[in-house]
Amino acid sequence: MKALRNYFDKIRPNFEEGGKYHWLHSVYEGFESFLFVPNTTSKSGVHIHDSRDTKRTMSIVVVALMPALLFGMYNVGLQHYMAIGMEVGFWTRFFYGLLAVLPQIVISYVVGLGIEFTVAQMKGEEIAEGFLVTGILIPMILPIDTPLWMVAVATAFAVIFAKEVFGGTGYNIFNVALIARAFLFFSYPSKMSGDKVFVRTGSALGMGHPEMVDGVAKTVDGFSGATPLTQLATTDAPHFASFSFTGVTGQPLSLSDMFWGFIPGSVGEVSTFAILLGAILLISTGVGSWKTMLSVFLGGLFTITLVNLFAVNATMEMPAYYHFLLGGFAFGAVFMATDPVTSARTEKGKWIYGFLIGLIAVTIRIFNPGYPEGMMLAILLMNAFAPLIDFYVIDANVKQRLKRVGNNKRK
Amino acid sequence: MALSSKTKAVLLGPLNKNNPILVQVLGICSSLAVTSKLEPAIVMAIAVTIVTAFGNVIISLLRKTIPNRIRIIVQLVVVASLVTIVSEILKAYAYDVNKQLSVFVGLIVTNCILMGRLEAFALGNGPWASFLDGIGNGLGYGWILVVLGFFRELLGSGTLMGYKVIPQSFYDAGYLNNGLMILPPMALLLIACLIWIHRAKNKDLQETTN
Repeated sequence: MKALRNYFDKIRPNFEEGGKYHWLHSVYEGFESFLFVPNTTSKSGVHIHDSRDTKRTMSIVVVALMPALLFGMYNVGLQHYMAIGMEVGFWTRFFYGLLAVLPQIVISYVVGLGIEFTVAQMKGEEIAEGFLVTGILIPMILPIDTPLWMVAVATAFAVIFAKEVFGGTGYNIFNVALIARAFLFFSYPSKMSGDKVFVRTGSALGMGHPEMVDGVAKTVDGFSGATPLTQLATTDAPHFASFSFTGVTGQPLSLSDMFWGFIPGSVGEVSTFAILLGAILLISTGVGSWKTMLSVFLGGLFTITLVNLFAVNATMEMPAYYHFLLGGFAFGAVFMATDPVTSARTEKGKWIYGFLIGLIAVTIRIFNPGYPEGMMLAILLMNAFAPLIDFYVIDANVKQRLKRVGNNKRK
Repeated sequence: MALSSKTKAVLLGPLNKNNPILVQVLGICSSLAVTSKLEPAIVMAIAVTIVTAFGNVIISLLRKTIPNRIRIIVQLVVVASLVTIVSEILKAYAYDVNKQLSVFVGLIVTNCILMGRLEAFALGNGPWASFLDGIGNGLGYGWILVVLGFFRELLGSGTLMGYKVIPQSFYDAGYLNNGLMILPPMALLLIACLIWIHRAKNKDLQETTN
């Protein structure tokens, strides 16, 4: 560490005013603040002294994502070996998942950071830490079989059109990772939904060795890669009681499977338990807002309870806890809705914002069989409304206080 | 035929510095709706150019006799007749394209560029200048449509004018057509990109930020 510090100090003059690599100074500073605590202090008077900066906030979110990511990798391997009918140990499953997910993470970081570095260079600004979280979120909310070039295209699209054109980190209106997913969702629907993409049957970087028949991996009899929510959206069962969720080999799925995450789905979203761990870290460090998280669930609960009362089919009869355990509901509530840049910033606003996300997400799930999952669209829609909510919350507060002042005057 | 610098500006201005779509931001709705394929985009571009040019000429000829209070109605009658003629011709000779353009041929009547040119130019200028202005604005609108149609069809369907241009080997290697390109939101984004490039090249058009 000491040697690294010395090395950085040694090459620093090259990047300072008049140095020969001065034009690369934002890259130098980017790497320096990535590796060390930034050596800058406030130039004007401040009242709170704390080392909680963007870098620390972002790092905590990344750490909070780790349980969901690691479990997601394991689950990718688990679903794969179940699908091709091979009995393997824990580590084989995990390494298969690692090899399947890692290229997506690398691609997303290389493309996203490449664009960020280039834009920072062109504008002569410092490189912001914003992409640290986005880069890992993107592979976590995509189906595992998303081709790498699509990850690259979507990342580039999202970083340029959802972030850089608005002014870079901290100025974006929409959640960048969700824009990447929405782009893929509408551009390549066949690769983003259905029963083929959420379980990888082929090999991952040479690992997995499925038997190939006509260029397609041979799977066990009765294999179906449909996610539970897709199964529900396409079922013709008249009542929820006569409907049962099945795993990839046709085995029934229990509630505990759904809680721990042994179900097909996008990498990060499957395990509600792992997401819960992340939520605890986010809430205890104050990085994520518990108000937003709670109100998303309350909004969902409210809508589901209402729909359950007037249920006419299996989808409408599904109880609330299934909704919370399945799909991206928990992941969206904990990691996407709480994004400090795109969510509402007033405390009252957070309640309204979260409540409406839960309400819209569940509504889309239940009433639109074309979109089995509504979380992405719900959050993106509410991202657009967050500034409006804030405006009215502040406005109401101003009016209330004006009234109080007016009353005092009259007395 | 040599053009004076003023007529040159009338004809060529709308192609670049005074473009109806890129600078005046008019005629956006039809440019989103008809550009998912190249062929209807080209037909639409030609139709609008013809209607703008002849509408301009007719209104310019009538400009001294039209009472000011009913001029909008007169303009509408002239444009509507021209659009009806174009629409009938399309139905007779290019039925498939006409079906793809559907309601948007009829909606040329309400195209903002048209009424804008009649109001702003034809009412105050002679027929020849008005004709050139109509041609210029029609083409200024048209080339954007063609560019949009080109990229949207190429990336969205892998074809150009209905012919397959992206080789099958691409698809075999895993390439897929981008479904979002066919949807109107992507057309809006592409127009935004064109405006972006255009402003970057023409610094004098850039708005000052406060």
